[in-house]
Parts: sequence; structure tokens; C-alpha cells
Amino acid sequence: MNIILSNVSDDPIYLQIVNQIKEQIITGQLTDDDPLPSIRNLARELNISVITTKRAYEELERDGFIITVAGKGTYVAPVNREMLREGKLKMIEDKIAEAVRTAKHLGLTLDELQEMLRLLYEE
Amino acid sequence: MENILELNGVTKRYGDFSLQVDLSLKRGYIMGFLGPNGAGKSTTIRLIMGLVRKDGGRIRLFGLDLDTHEREIKERIGFVFDQNYFYEELTAEEMKNTIRPFYSRWDESLFRKYAKQFDLPLNKPIKQLSKGMKTKFSLAVALSHDAELLIMDEPTSGLDPLIRSEILDILQEIIQDENKSVFFSTHITSDLDQIADFITILHQGRVLLNSTKDELMERYCIVKGSRDKLDRMQQAGLIGYKENRYGFEGLARDRKAVYQLFGDSVVIEKPTLEDLMLHTIRGGKETACIG
Repeated sequence: MNIILSNVSDDPIYLQIVNQIKEQIITGQLTDDDPLPSIRNLARELNISVITTKRAYEELERDGFIITVAGKGTYVAPVNREMLREGKLKMIEDKIAEAVRTAKHLGLTLDELQEMLRLLYEE
Repeated sequence: MENILELNGVTKRYGDFSLQVDLSLKRGYIMGFLGPNGAGKSTTIRLIMGLVRKDGGRIRLFGLDLDTHEREIKERIGFVFDQNYFYEELTAEEMKNTIRPFYSRWDESLFRKYAKQFDLPLNKPIKQLSKGMKTKFSLAVALSHDAELLIMDEPTSGLDPLIRSEILDILQEIIQDENKSVFFSTHITSDLDQIADFITILHQGRVLLNSTKDELMERYCIVKGSRDKLDRMQQAGLIGYKENRYGFEGLARDRKAVYQLFGDSVVIEKPTLEDLMLHTIRGGKETACIG
């Protein structure tokens, strides 16, 4: 698991943690039943307040991404396959949207863009 | 679980200075106690340590009343002060031996461990030690009798960043067991920017702000914009600001409100604890003097 925090980001620290863990679960970097550090361990490692990590975990648990088993620890929740697929589809859509925006700025036509896509896909 | 430290309606008067404090700290957390010089931080700490008698209110530590359980409470507190209380002619080893009989839970091997970790020269007279070393010695003693609450009054002032970082690291390590807490008074806010869980800001004997550090960092914000926006900014809850010929910079108490009012036409940034302190304490308008 990787958590890289930015002090100058607009997002509060707890949200950065939430987003990064969610992303890693969605992309499969973290999978079902993978153990997560305790909130105190995480706070210690990242040198932040335990209140911050607690809040991040609470949100992740509320959204169904992780579960805490009393006495054992915190784990990645068995992920809903459908939700995972949806998440990945959304990611692809976002990236294509960005490519389309940039292409339009450059004045690329739809045909040129599709050609690019075809070449990349067949790589 | 009960609070490890609790001050209810505690008051103290000195001539024309009066202090009135309510605060509490749970086990397993770090509280930063901030405020300018003269705010009453040291007085508060002396009240907690029983070095000074309160005029009114209630002080409880570990669920016990300070008035009736002072001795038992003091065994469980480790303290590190800026002005140290050592006999400078003694060596660290000798000084330690003077102190240890006061603590029934003294752990010599633990002291040795810290002395080694800190590279403490135990056989030099204390007056020959650098400030950093003296603080580390204080800390080693404070950590060697199984203290549950660490009370620190300006422990890092005058210390270089390397040592400060070491000390902060140790503090974070201490609270890992979720049983010990740290109460840390300072005017070096950058130390607490990262590790503090709770923040209390004291000013002129009164508690100005008291909350989790996270909440303060998220609710408040630094706003920077053109001066024509100042009037409307007051409505968005501008606490204090500085103005120069080319714009203003201030602290607002509601980040969301500011964004709603101004969107991207102003720069909105996360405040540091220093910003919080400067603006809440100065308050009002200031104009920077530019040539």
C-alpha cells in the first residue's frame, strides 16, 4: 500500500488517504482480506494525528471498502465485483474524456483521435 | 474511559492578570497548548503540577482530584520544562540518583536505554551540557518511571530542528499504547502542526480556541485577494488580516463560506497553526509598511 500526502493540496489529509486507499482497492493493488495497518500505526508512519487516520478509516468503512474486526484488525472488504467494474469503467471514461478535451484544444478531428486509439489498442 | 487530565472552571489571579481555563485530554492523545508569551500557559501548567494553588475550580488527573491525591498523581506525571531544575554542579548520573527515590516505579534499565539512545554524557557536570542535552536528560528522566502523562513546558525552544524532530518522534511513539498522553505547551507551532491531535489556544488568560487540530485546519483558511473584496470578506467571517498596497491576506473562520462567496477569484489556502495564532490573537486590521 502506498500513501503519499501533500501538505499543499486542497484536500484535507484524511480525504487524501481515503481517496488513495479507495483507488488502490479499485485498481486491485489492494485486494480482498489484505490487512491494513491500525489507525495508530498508520498515524505513526505518516507522522500525522491519529484522529486523522481514524476519520479516514471511518469513511472507508462507511463506504464499504474496509472492515474492522474487533480484536483482529482492519482488512480490505471483499469487494463487490460489480462495483469494482463500475469503478474501473468510470476511470476509463474519465481518462478518455480528458483525452478528448485535449484533442479538441489541439484541433484533432474525431477520425484522427480514433486512429490514435486504434494504433494504441493494437500495440 | 475517564479523561487523563481535566480542568473545570479553574481560576487564578495574580494582581491584574487573571486566568480561567476549562480543558480536558483523553488517554492516548497529544494536546498542544499554544499562546503568546504571557498568555498564562506556564501558570496553567504550574496549576496542573500542584506548584501553585488555584483560586477556584477543579483539577483532576487520572480520575483523581489534585487537592486530595497530589502525591499519587505526581508519581504518574513525567515533566520536561524549559527552565530546568537541575543542580548544575552535579553530573547527570548524580542528578538522576537524586531524583529516582521519588518515584516508586523507577526503571533504571529504561533510563539507561534512553541515555544511550540520546547519547547522554552521564558523567559530565550538567552545566557543561548543551541545552539540547539538558532537555534530552529531562526527557530521559521523565520517561523512566512509567509516567502516564507527559507534561512539557516549552521543551523544544532553543533546540535545533534535528533534535526537535527526534523529540517529536519519541512523543508520537509514547502514545502508541493508547494509554499515555502528552500535554505540550509551546510557542513553536510548527512542532505541533503535524503531530498534535488536539489544540488549545490561550490568550490573556482565556481559552480562545479548543478543538481537534484537523477541525481547525479544515474549518479555518487563509484567504488572499484584492482589497476591493474586503468588505464582503467581513461577512464571510474574516478574523484578522493584513493589507498591503496590492492586496490583502487574512484568516477566515469558514472555508466553505469563503469559497461560496468568492470561488476561484481569491486564493484559499490551508492555515498553519502559526497563522491561526497570529490572526486570532492579533485580530483586526493591520497594514504592512511598504516603503
